[in-house]
Parts: sequence; C-alpha cells; structure tokens
Amino acid sequence: MKLSPRLPALLLAALVVTACAPQTSDNTSSDKDEKTGTLRVWLFQEVGNKPKEKVVDSVVTDFRKAHKDTKVEVEYIPVETRAQRVKAAFNDPASAPDLMEYGNTDTAGYVKDGGLLDVTREFGAWNESKDTDPTAKTSVTVDGKVYGSPFYVGVRALYYRTDVFEELGLRVPRTMAELASTAREIRAAKPDLYGLVVGGAYTYGAMPFIWANGGELATGKGGSYASAIDSAAAQKGIKAYTSLFGDDNCPAAKCAGMGGNDTITAFAAGKAGMAIGGDFSHTAVEAGKVKGKYAVVPLPGVSGGSIAPAFAGGNNIGVLKSTSHRTLAVDLMERLTSKKTQASMFDAMGFLPTFGDVRRDAAAREPYVKPFAQTLAAGTKFVPASPAWAQIDSSLVLPTMFQSVISGKASVGVASRGAAQKMDAAFGSAG
Amino acid sequence: MSGAPTGVGGSGRARLTVVRGLSRSSPRPSGRSGAPWLYLAPALVVLGGLLVYPIYQLGLISFFQYTQAQVSGGEPTTFRGFANYAELLGDSQFWQVLLATVVFAAACVVSTLGVGCALAVLLTRVRAVPRLVLMLAALGAWATPAVTGSTVWLFLFDPDFGPVNRILGLGDYSWTYGRFSAFFLVLLEVVWCSFPFVMVTVYAGIRSVPGEVLEAAALDGASQWRIWRSVLAPMLRPILTVVTIQSVIWDFKIFTQIYVMTNGGGIAQQNLVLNVYAYQQAFASSQYSLGSAIGVVMLLILLAVTLVYLRLLRRQGEEL
Repeated sequence: MKLSPRLPALLLAALVVTACAPQTSDNTSSDKDEKTGTLRVWLFQEVGNKPKEKVVDSVVTDFRKAHKDTKVEVEYIPVETRAQRVKAAFNDPASAPDLMEYGNTDTAGYVKDGGLLDVTREFGAWNESKDTDPTAKTSVTVDGKVYGSPFYVGVRALYYRTDVFEELGLRVPRTMAELASTAREIRAAKPDLYGLVVGGAYTYGAMPFIWANGGELATGKGGSYASAIDSAAAQKGIKAYTSLFGDDNCPAAKCAGMGGNDTITAFAAGKAGMAIGGDFSHTAVEAGKVKGKYAVVPLPGVSGGSIAPAFAGGNNIGVLKSTSHRTLAVDLMERLTSKKTQASMFDAMGFLPTFGDVRRDAAAREPYVKPFAQTLAAGTKFVPASPAWAQIDSSLVLPTMFQSVISGKASVGVASRGAAQKMDAAFGSAG
Repeated sequence: MSGAPTGVGGSGRARLTVVRGLSRSSPRPSGRSGAPWLYLAPALVVLGGLLVYPIYQLGLISFFQYTQAQVSGGEPTTFRGFANYAELLGDSQFWQVLLATVVFAAACVVSTLGVGCALAVLLTRVRAVPRLVLMLAALGAWATPAVTGSTVWLFLFDPDFGPVNRILGLGDYSWTYGRFSAFFLVLLEVVWCSFPFVMVTVYAGIRSVPGEVLEAAALDGASQWRIWRSVLAPMLRPILTVVTIQSVIWDFKIFTQIYVMTNGGGIAQQNLVLNVYAYQQAFASSQYSLGSAIGVVMLLILLAVTLVYLRLLRRQGEEL
C-alpha cells in the first residue's frame, strides 16, 4: 500500500535527473589535422552514375599519388534521402564524412546547423578560385565567409518547338511580353498544346519573371534579410507569371498544381509549344517525343534583346567541421572541383562548369550549352543566403502565393503581402 | 543526492516492519500491495518505453527552441516555455487547418462507418460466392499500401488519362483543383481503404448475435432498418465503439492520402490537414519544437474526443 504513492515520486525524480533538456550532439570542430588515414566522401547518386564515378576515381588516384598513406572512400548517396543523411551526419560526427556534395540553396542552413567548415583562407589562396563566377561564389558564401567550393551550376532557359514555330510562322520571342503573346498564339492555333507550359509550384521557373521586372525575393545582407516579394516591381513580375495561367495558354485547373518536372514532362511528350527548362533537363527532353524538333534560347527579359536573370542552381562540395583531416580534406575538395575535373565532369555528365573559361570551352564543344552559358554570362541571381530559406522553401510560401493568385483566391497584392509576412517571420526566427 | 540513500533506507525499513506486522494478521493485503505491480511490471516497462517515454520527449521538446541547429550542436538549446504553443495558437493558418481537419475527419468517419456497416449487413444476406468475392475485394483494398492506393486513385481520376472522367463524360475536369472536389477525392480513397476493417469487424459481430433474436424481430414484422436500429446496433455497441474510436483516430491523423493525392497540401495549401502541416513545420523545416507542440495539441484533442465519446456512451448505457 505504501509503494504506490512513492512510485510516481521516484519516476518524477528520475525524469528530473536524466533530462533537463533534449539531446544535443557535441559538434564542435575537430582540432585534429591528421596527414594520413581514410577520407570519407559523400557525393550524390545521379541517374546514370557510372561516368561520374569514373571522373571521381581518377581524381582520387591523383590525390593518393600526392599523399602517401591515405585512402579515400567515396559513397554515392541517393538525392531523395540526402536531407536525412546530412542531418544524421551533423548529429553524429563519428559517422559523418569528411567531405560532401550539397545543393547550393542548402549552404546557409548547413552553416547555421554548424556542419560546414569555414575554408575562406584556403579558397582565397587557391589559384583557380579567381575564375569562379560570382554567383557560384555567392552560393558558397555566408556572411562573407566561404564554406565550400562550387562543383557545377545549373540554369534554366526557354525550350521551344521549332516545328510548331515554323508551321505557324512565329518568331522566337525577344521580350517577355512577346513571350506571352506568342504562347497565346500557339494555344489559339493548336488547342491541344499548352502555349508556354508553366507550373504554379515551379518556383525556380517563376523567379526570372520577378527579377526581370526589377523585383527581388528579399533585400539585405549578412543574416538580416527582409522580404521584398510585395514590392511594386516584384508584384509586376508575379502578375506577368500568373497571367500565363488561363484557358488561353495553360489552363489553371491543370497547370496550377504543376512543378518544374511536370512542365518538362509535358514539353518532352510534345504537349507544349514552349517550356522553361534547365541544362539538366536536356537529357529528359532528348529522350522524349520532341527530339530533333526543338531549340533553346535564353529566356527573354523585359526590354528587347535582354536576358531575364535566371536562378543559379547547382551543387557545391564542402568540408565538414567534424573532419580530423582538415588539410587533406581541403586539398581533395579543391581537386574535386578543379577546372580539370569540372571539364571532364561536363563531358561525362553534362554538368555546367562554374569557371567562366572552362564553360566557354565546353560551349564550343557542345552547342546545346550555348544558350545556358549565355544566360549565365548575362548575370544570374540567387536565393537569399539565409538559413530561413530552407524553411521558406519547405513550407511552400512562394508556390502558395502563386497558386492563390492563379486560382483567384487572392489578388496579387494580398497574396504577395501574405507571402512577405511569412518570409519575414522565417527570417526573424531563423536569423 | 548525498542525503537520499539514508532517507530511502530508513523509510524502507519502516515499511518492512509494517508489512510484516500486516502479513502476520492477514496475508492478503500484503499480496495486494506488491504482487500486482510485480505482475504488471513487464507490461509497464514495455508501455513506458514505447509510449510514455516518446510522449514525454515530445512534451519536453515542445518547450524548447529545438531546430536542426540545436540538434547538431550549432546553437545552444534554449528553454522557451509556452512560446512554441503561443506561436502555434497565434497562427491563423493553424486554426484554418484544424477546422478543415476536424470537418474532413468527421466526414471520413461517418462515410467509413456507413459504408462498412451497410456492407457488413449485406454480407450476412448474400450467398457464399458473392460473399467470398466481396470479402476478397475488401481485403484487397485493406491490404493495399496507402501510397499505392492514393497513386492509383489519382490516376483513375486523372484529367488527361483517367478512365473515370471518360466514363462520366467530364472531359478534362481536374479533381484536385477545387478545394471540395480534392477533399472529396481523398475522402473516397480514405473510405475505400478503411471500410474493410469496419466491415469485417461488424460482420463478425453480427455473426455472434443469436439467430433467434433476429428471427423474433422479423416475426414481429420489423423492417430491415428497424432491426438494425433497435436490435443489431444496441447489441453491437461495444464493437461499434471500438471501430468508431479507431476511425476517429485514423482519420484525424490522415497523412499519406493528402500528401500524395494533393501534392503536399493542394493548390495554395487548400487541402492541408493537421498532420501534413505538422510534417511541413517539423521535418521539412526542421523546426522540431514547433512540430512537437502541434503533436501535443493533436494528442490532447484526440484524448478529449475519445473521452467525451466514451462518456456519452456510458451515459446512454445507464439510460437503456
């Protein structure tokens, strides 16, 4: 009888003693810098990964020649589950790799999570880094410090059907207004085609419209961002993009829910006159029905002959803070992202190099790269280098904004102000 | 802690003498005090490990600032008190999502129970072969994984390639574009994959009802509906209680169907339900503390619903 009142008390005491706060991993940077041993590398597993492995293997062979008594274990991790893998690596430094490939929009988040090593000094001292293009450099930079080295970039441009354009006697659009009118002409003449296929959840396809009209996603530098998505210029861009949804181009009922891949699938299947696709979509389109019947040009800007600023996507390679082989890891990072590696990676996988000169050579070898190289040369933009971006992205702030306008639930003003509030809240809480 | 051992030892010794004193006069109370705990211990340990500890962690995390940065040690963990809850309850989107979840779950529960009970009654009326076919079809639906089921339903209702629109002559009507049609589509899938449980359970219940009772009701001239309402339903009440509570919990926690069929919450997040919302907040955005707060709120709501429901049933029981 006396046991029962004591049991909860004991339990309570146990609780208080064992857990004053949730678990946290001790992820301080390692001060060891061993010159021998095994380096572990995580790279993304691509569709058709063999050519990538070949290039990486030759880099590793050279690296091991230069450094005696070292081993390199490369693991290719699936892209879909990378977020979990990376979180696990940050939580348990013992099982973390020394180097890893990561998507460039994740940089700020990973830095805040305390996962990436500051390599500003080494990157600056590296003789090849002066040719890295500025947007690619921005994508590894947070608060003026460099956390990795750009591996490749990806940009989007305008794919169009040469056969449809010829048949209807259309001219390749030179301005954004022309783009919209051409799209409607195609739809009017061929009602079974989307003019320009667009998606309400295709954020990176929509951003050029905002940037071309002089708008920004957010303004500010170094940690303190403020949303600018509701500015007059940005609203003009939102209006331009959302006006493409409708029965005269891409019916809202079908297109509002589409993401980037859906639009490319539609174009590749011959269901659209035009689409906004990346250099990385080239293979998918080549494999589709429209092979040999399409061409690519830079997405036109507002004024005639200008190019709309594109989003500079791509991947970087960074060193993890927990590495015990700092010098070796940084050396391997530079070798994996060197001009030589990037050139052979382009030949093997079609990844666009992050160095201006290497990219020009690549475009000379493979003509399909030209419009993408032009787009990059015209100046690209990047999402705010804030850890809040991951949160804004995953809570679908921008797709929600576009979709509320497209479905007529809110005006451009109301929707963009709502999105701006959510973005500011995220910037505020995540810093 | 230094003073604790003597204190514990002292009270232990005191208790021991008391127990001994009692056991001499009557052995039964002593057995009652210790033995049940001993027998319950294995179950309690398992329950504690699998249920209490996770819920305790959930509650604990909901009081901290706990994001990926804290988990991986980039920033220190800070105690926020009820700030996560304040943030959640102050978010107008949360209330909209909560309302949508409650209404949607209620519709799902009613439809599932309706379809399940109707088919269970039907099962008792048909011959062996159609009964077997119906059983197999239901079990097939039950055994289908939620993701597969959702994808198939989505395909059936696809505006371009789906057979449903072709049969109904709806052209390229998009089911997932409108808020209600999207919810309706998900509801159909949810009912499809959860009615077999209701049907099988209720069918087993009906089978255990003595035939004479039903015969007597039929002889008295009661209609089918009347038999269900006045004879079967009251006799099956314990079973109906279980399936209702199960359905409420399942349908309130729905995730896969919404996530797959409406692409993570529908056009402009019009089809968001609480679990998908929690997933977006907690895992996709790595705000584990806010996600935990949503989890705790959900747990409380479900507990309240279940308790109120049980209470209502017991009261009815007293009247009958």
